[in-house]
Formats: sequence, C-alpha cells, structure tokens
Amino acid sequence: MTRFNAWNVFKNGFTGQKSWDRQWRDPVPKKEYDIIIVGGGLHGLATAYYLAKNHNKKNIAVLEKGWIGGGNAGRNTTIVRSNYMMPGNHEFYEHSLKLWEDLSHDLNYNVMFSQRAHVSLFHSPGARDGAARRYNIMRLHGTDAELWDLETLKKNIPHLNYEDARFPIMGAAVQRRAGNARHDSAVWGYARAADSLGVDILQNCEVTGVKRSQNNIESLETSRGTIKAKKVGFAVAGHTSVLWQMAGLGNLPIESHKLQAFVTESIKPLLDHVVVYGVGGAHFYISQSDKGSMVFGGDLDWYKSYAQRGNLPIVQDCAEAAMAIMPCLGRIRLLRHWAGVMDMSMDGSFFICKTPLSNLYLNAGWNYGGFKASPASGWYFADLIANEQPHKHVQNHNLERFEKGINIDERGAGPDPKLHG
Amino acid sequence: MSVALVQIQSCTVDMIRIKCPYCGERDHSEFTYGGDASIKYPALDAPVSEWTKAIFFRENIRGMQKETWHHTNGCRLWLEVERSTITHEIKSVKACHPQIEKITKNKS
Repeated sequence: MTRFNAWNVFKNGFTGQKSWDRQWRDPVPKKEYDIIIVGGGLHGLATAYYLAKNHNKKNIAVLEKGWIGGGNAGRNTTIVRSNYMMPGNHEFYEHSLKLWEDLSHDLNYNVMFSQRAHVSLFHSPGARDGAARRYNIMRLHGTDAELWDLETLKKNIPHLNYEDARFPIMGAAVQRRAGNARHDSAVWGYARAADSLGVDILQNCEVTGVKRSQNNIESLETSRGTIKAKKVGFAVAGHTSVLWQMAGLGNLPIESHKLQAFVTESIKPLLDHVVVYGVGGAHFYISQSDKGSMVFGGDLDWYKSYAQRGNLPIVQDCAEAAMAIMPCLGRIRLLRHWAGVMDMSMDGSFFICKTPLSNLYLNAGWNYGGFKASPASGWYFADLIANEQPHKHVQNHNLERFEKGINIDERGAGPDPKLHG
Repeated sequence: MSVALVQIQSCTVDMIRIKCPYCGERDHSEFTYGGDASIKYPALDAPVSEWTKAIFFRENIRGMQKETWHHTNGCRLWLEVERSTITHEIKSVKACHPQIEKITKNKS
C-alpha cells in the first residue's frame, strides 16, 4: 500500500499518477472467517478496522451488498458534533468527536475534518434556557460548549435573517469543536485502512440467508456463496429489521424511515459554520461544502418507508425553513436531493449490544446521527465483539432497556420513532 | 422486463395519494402517519414483557404492511391503509372503526 505523504504526492505528480496502489483489494471470499461484519458502511468498516488495530484480530471480512460508499455513507449531511446530554450518549459522542479530530492521521487519509462550529439558533427565552441547560451539562462533562448572544452571532454569521423573521433570532448554542467531514473520504479511508490490516472487503456480496442452530449462527448464505463465521456482527442500519428477521429473531424496537438531504449549485464562500434552526414544526440544518454547494436537510418524511427517495412536501418544508433564516438563498438552484433509509429507534438512541444468539452482535438504530457516530460506533462495537463485554459507555444501549424502563430518550419524545429527529 | 419497467415507473410518484372513504382521494400531506396497524395491546394486567413488545417492538415490514393514518386536515378519521413500504403503492383503505365504515359505505 502506497502511503499518502508529501514525497509520494510529489513523485506521482511527475509520473502521471500511475504508481499508486489500489485503495483496497478485491479478494475472493474464503470459506470461513473468524469475524464477519455484515454491512460495508462507515460503521461496519470502522468496526473491522478497530478489531484489527485495537484488538489485533485477524481473519475478518466485511460483507457489502453494493459498493463501498454507495449506501447511507453517501447519503448524509456530513455533520459531526457531540452536543448530547444523556448519560452514555455524551461520553460516546465525545469519544467519537475525539476520534474524528485525529482520524486523518490515524487512517493516513484526509477526511477533511473541518471544525467550523455547530451553531444551534434559539428563538425564545424558553429555548435559550433549554439550550443553556443542555450545554451546561456538556461543559460539566468536559465537552466544549458556549452560548452566543445576538451581537456575537451577528458578528460571526452576518447573513441570517435578523430583520423580520417570524421567529426572531435571540442567540445560539455553539459547539466550536463540531463541524463537517467529507463523507466519501471517511468511508474510503476506513476501507483502505482496514484492508491494509488484512481485512477482506467483499463488495457485491449480499446476505441472502442465515443458517443457524438454536443458539448461534453457523454460516451466512450470500450472493457470493456460503461463508462460515465464528462471530457475526450486523451493522446494516436502515435494513436491520430485514436481516434480523432473516436470522429468525422476530421484532426490533426500530422502524425504517427516510431522511432527505439537498445540495445546491456552488456559490462563493457564504457560510463558515453549520447552522441549525429548529422552531415550531421546522427542523433545518445547513452548511457549505468545500466545493461551495449549500448542503442542507430537515425532517424525516414522516411515514415508514424503505424507498431511497424523498417526497415533495418535505422539499417545500426545507425550502421554507431555508428562506426563514437565510432569505439570501432565495434565488439559489437546487442540484440534487436524495433520501437515505434510517433505523429510527423507539427512544432515538442506538444499539451496540449482544443478542439472543451467542455469536451474533448488533450495531443498529442510528436514527439521524449515524455519520458523526461512526468512529466511536466502530470502536465500541469492536470492543464488544473482541471482549464479549459491553464498554461502560454503551452498557445500556441494548435491546433490554425498554423492558427495564431505562430508555435513553434524548428528546423526550416517547415511543414513536418518527419523532426522534 | 416490462414488469420491471412498470415497477420503476410506479416508484417515481413522490406524493402518496390516499383514498379517504369519507373525503375522497387526497395528498398524503393532509394526513398524519400513525404506525403499524397490526399491534394488539395485551390485557391491562398482562406481564411487562408483553406490554414492552406491544409498545416498543415492531415487525418493520419491507413490503406490503397495514398501517394507520389520521386524516388530520380533513374529516379526522383514523384510517387503516395497506401500503407497500418499498413502492408506496396503496392496496386498500378503510376506516379503522367498524361503525364508521358503515356510515362511509352508505355515503358512497
């Protein structure tokens, strides 16, 4: 594997870029692996990488139905933040943010992590107090957090609607260390790094059946033949229920919903931060990509669906929200919009846990927040698979928490998956 | 091949249209999605595990499923809709409450 460094970039610049290696191999599936991770998205690849790196595991495969970067890894709005307050969640997401901060060096792949600050607007004294509470909890746990008054906000982000907004902007809750990363780079970087540690990445390898005994999985039927596994991890958020039922395990506290995202034409630098606007029924987040496009998204489509395409009322909602806070965007043209399928869980929090089968491990339920979570998700899921024991930060992120009454409901929205936006 | 093409075409419809038995066919934006219509609540004194299953656990079908929709900005009836979660094609719509179904039948 050719490392990315100044010398190699210089050398290849003079030799027609012809001596770079493949980013990852295209191996033939073996008959048996020690550990198989189903799902070659960010979470699956990160898990395989940390299994090999942190736990020195060998003989690992990642099974991907399509191609690397073709699923939800390529369908998000690339926001990274750790402004959570529930026990378990804030430690988890803070660890994830710390991993993001060093990810480019760790993977030897530029994930273009840009800590441009995540600015969450508030529009009423009640919302300000709520934000103050949440951000104080973050500070007590060592995460950076601050409140900006209107003057500071105006100085930093001059283009918002401070004049005649229906809900006047009062200030913002800010996490300066949050920001954006490049989604393709992250997934390619993890694939390349995992591959260089000997992980087999099997693309076009769809799991079509699960052969199991009473208490464990024996092998997986795939579109590239039967593969035996000593341990299996599911990391297929969006379609977790489908695979779960293929393994004969029944129901999960998950519904699949779709979330849209939008990209406009490129414009000159306009917005240096990630801006979030949530008031009344609206929920809206926007940032500007390195190419100059405005990247934004809003609410779920509000009904259960596995279709990877969005509906038009949400396009309108998002456009209205954009106009409400940044009227200067009125003439910008939309280039693309798309939808990704989310595992929306019953309390809005994820699952990294053991399952009723002794050699099956579950990584699922990422709701809106899968992208930023992926490094820590891989980290703790690898830890669970290697040590057979959940780390204390994810000890309650299991399927039993509902029966125990210890739901991790960050939003306090109750058992209705579509409300955990 | 022609079957596949038809499926792709039906996939391109972005707005779901629901035939409300009382109001007629309307855009889905008039309705609020409820959830899985197959859920049956257990008896009040049933063990916690049964209540947990009914409240938190879902089959999350990929395909045709029965679900509830509320005609929030219309007649405010709760409807039971049979809809594909892949293509969004709707197979049937009826009022959840059997008594109301009698009324809507008379209406048509």
